[in-house]
Amino acid sequence: MNVMVRAPGAGPFRQGVQMSDLLQHEDAELAAIDGILARYPAAEPSLIQVLQDIQRQFRYLPGAALLRTSEVLGVPLARVMSVATFYKAFSLVPVGKVVIKVCMGTACHIRGADLLIQEVERQLGIKPGQTTDDGMFTLVSVNCVGACAMAPVMIVGEKYHGTAKAAQIPAALEAEREVHA
Amino acid sequence: MKALKLDDFCSMVKHAKAEAAVARRSVLVCCGTGCLANGSAEIAAEFEKQMESRGLRASLGVYTKKTGCHGFCERGPLVLVEPDGILYAKVKARDVTEILDKTIVGGETVERLLYKNPVDGQRIEKYRDIPFYKYQTRISMRRIGHIDPANLDDALAAGAYQGLYKALSSLTPDQVIDEITASGLRGRGGAGFVTGRKWKSARKAKGDRKFVLCNGDEGDPGAFKDRSIMEGDPHAVIEGMAIGAYAVGASEGYIYVRDEYPLAVVHVQKAIDSAREHGLLGENILGTGFSFDLKISRGGGAFVCGESSALMRSIEGRTGEPRAKYVHATDKGLFDLPTVLNNVETWSDVGVIVEKGSAWFASMGTPKCKGTKAFSLVGKVRNTGLVELPMGETLRHLIYDIGGGTLKDRPFKAVQTGGPSGGCLPADKLDLPVDYEALTDAGSMMGSGGMIVMDDRTCMVNIAWYFINFLIEESCGKCTPCRDGLYQMRAIFEDIMAGRGKDGDIERIEALCEGMKLGSLCELGKSAANPVVSTLQYFRDEYEAHIKDHTCPAGVCRELTSYRIDAETCTGCHQCFKACPVGAISGKPKEKHVIATDKCISCGACFDACPEDAIKHLARHLVG
Repeated sequence: MNVMVRAPGAGPFRQGVQMSDLLQHEDAELAAIDGILARYPAAEPSLIQVLQDIQRQFRYLPGAALLRTSEVLGVPLARVMSVATFYKAFSLVPVGKVVIKVCMGTACHIRGADLLIQEVERQLGIKPGQTTDDGMFTLVSVNCVGACAMAPVMIVGEKYHGTAKAAQIPAALEAEREVHA
Repeated sequence: MKALKLDDFCSMVKHAKAEAAVARRSVLVCCGTGCLANGSAEIAAEFEKQMESRGLRASLGVYTKKTGCHGFCERGPLVLVEPDGILYAKVKARDVTEILDKTIVGGETVERLLYKNPVDGQRIEKYRDIPFYKYQTRISMRRIGHIDPANLDDALAAGAYQGLYKALSSLTPDQVIDEITASGLRGRGGAGFVTGRKWKSARKAKGDRKFVLCNGDEGDPGAFKDRSIMEGDPHAVIEGMAIGAYAVGASEGYIYVRDEYPLAVVHVQKAIDSAREHGLLGENILGTGFSFDLKISRGGGAFVCGESSALMRSIEGRTGEPRAKYVHATDKGLFDLPTVLNNVETWSDVGVIVEKGSAWFASMGTPKCKGTKAFSLVGKVRNTGLVELPMGETLRHLIYDIGGGTLKDRPFKAVQTGGPSGGCLPADKLDLPVDYEALTDAGSMMGSGGMIVMDDRTCMVNIAWYFINFLIEESCGKCTPCRDGLYQMRAIFEDIMAGRGKDGDIERIEALCEGMKLGSLCELGKSAANPVVSTLQYFRDEYEAHIKDHTCPAGVCRELTSYRIDAETCTGCHQCFKACPVGAISGKPKEKHVIATDKCISCGACFDACPEDAIKHLARHLVG
């Protein structure tokens, strides 16, 4: 299909991703996307829910998925793109196998969350929003995960670490590396 | 079983109560997000396993229940033994055998696992005697921690859906609205709009389809009571919404849950499914001809979607940009149809108000604010967790009697309420009675009930800067004063924090605040300046210390602060050495330690780790 898409100047596109790369796909991928789309009514209110499911399955929103979603739900591609770039739950580039979320809620902030971010940055050599070269870890800072009573909090993969200390981070990363090796 | 008529509901409840009565003792393991993080799932599994293998269920009638958040997250994982009311704190899976041996079989308490009162060092056996619980009045959180949220029978035995039953069996929609209005219930999401009045407008509005929505997009950093309600007692929310739908004539509803709350999504979905299976949602509920069904809409991770019009756009599958409010949602809301949107806590209050009557609810609180309010008490306070109190109690009662005072008894500096739209209140406001008006008059707001306690180690300039950053990330970008004003503000703050502040900075900040307030469309933009305005109002001297003296009185702003170890006080405990992330501290255990200023990044980790108060922070320019 011939669709002209201009990459917006924000978000993951700043990282040098070309639209032509985004549109590469395999048939199996398309089948999986259609499977997700089939679960929802083919109308605009399903858009965010569909993108949520695609994001969970692929760990990002492949370009082919955005096009397919636009066609099936009957939502202009521009609007699909605007939703995909508006919400923080979505990424246009693959995120790592393990997402490290460091909570930056107020309670975490005053109990030293910035030390946690700095330690992860130091250990992995990435900044918030970036993924390690081996595709293992993505670091994100999130605005409150609602576990404020255990501040500061970080979530490594699925595991919550309450009253986290910078000194525990190397071991937590190592544990995840072993699981995903 | 599915209840097809009103009588079926009564027999369903009777059956549920009989089932519940089989358990002579229950071991309630808190499985809220906090306790789960500390391993409560393993503890629950261990109880299950041992009760099974030792035959305790058959011989003693004892059951394990995985409940929602007990609220006292600081002491988690928590295990409550009912009906004895014994609370065990910081339980580990290896403690399970001892609890079963001593408490369940032997009938005595495990002394070492009881909560220890930090004031007098005494262990407290019953959870109702612990100060954290003793002063609370739980209405919206009435069943949390006592029921298994995944089990509808358990909720029914504890009184769920009695309000819906009463409304459908004996009240007209108008009577329901009158009852909610008379109760004085106001929106618990923060704005405090009178719930009954909102419902009345939606009832009057013309439209063949109407909606009721639940705002579960609890975005205020530092607040988590809605998460706890959705995770721990989702039926309270569903019941409230069904009553609301009956009152306004809606047949469809959405619960909008934050993307960051995965467990809440699971529990709410389970609860919706089982309510539908039992005939409490869906077509012709209890044979009364009233039909109502619910869906979950998962948020995409955007703070602004907690704003009502943005939330509705998000459910419609669009970007969450607010719109002007000259048209009310009760006339044209979701899909331009009449819509009632209430907060999780508001919905959770509705069922029990209808059940027990408006007079009961209105007997609590202040003349203008009735009932109770849930707060999440966090930050530099000893007992962190969820607290529900009648409106009008003082901040001091909340922070000192329930919260146990500040961590390590450091001097109290401020309490931040109302999230990024709220403000910081200083020590001389501690006797303020907490309700919507009192907090607003003092320059803050209720918001969603976050109470973040700050001590002398919190820099108020840094806190204002923190909220500016938060809002920069969350501003939707529609209005220029909010979008660009925040960036300009941040630039000035970063200068001040780095010792480059100059005369006139405070005035420039104030002008920006005024512009944002006047020139933004939605409440997020209009109130974006509040954290700055309130810190300027109460802590202007701290700003001036940064600007004029180039010092950070709290020792937080790194470029203005240096640390050194007082050789007299240092005991050589080596804690600072272990805490330093850059290896700037030298010294062997039991010897005096020293900080190498060229390596030190002024992060303050050593200061917080030192048990002897031997680490001092100084103005950097004085040290050289």
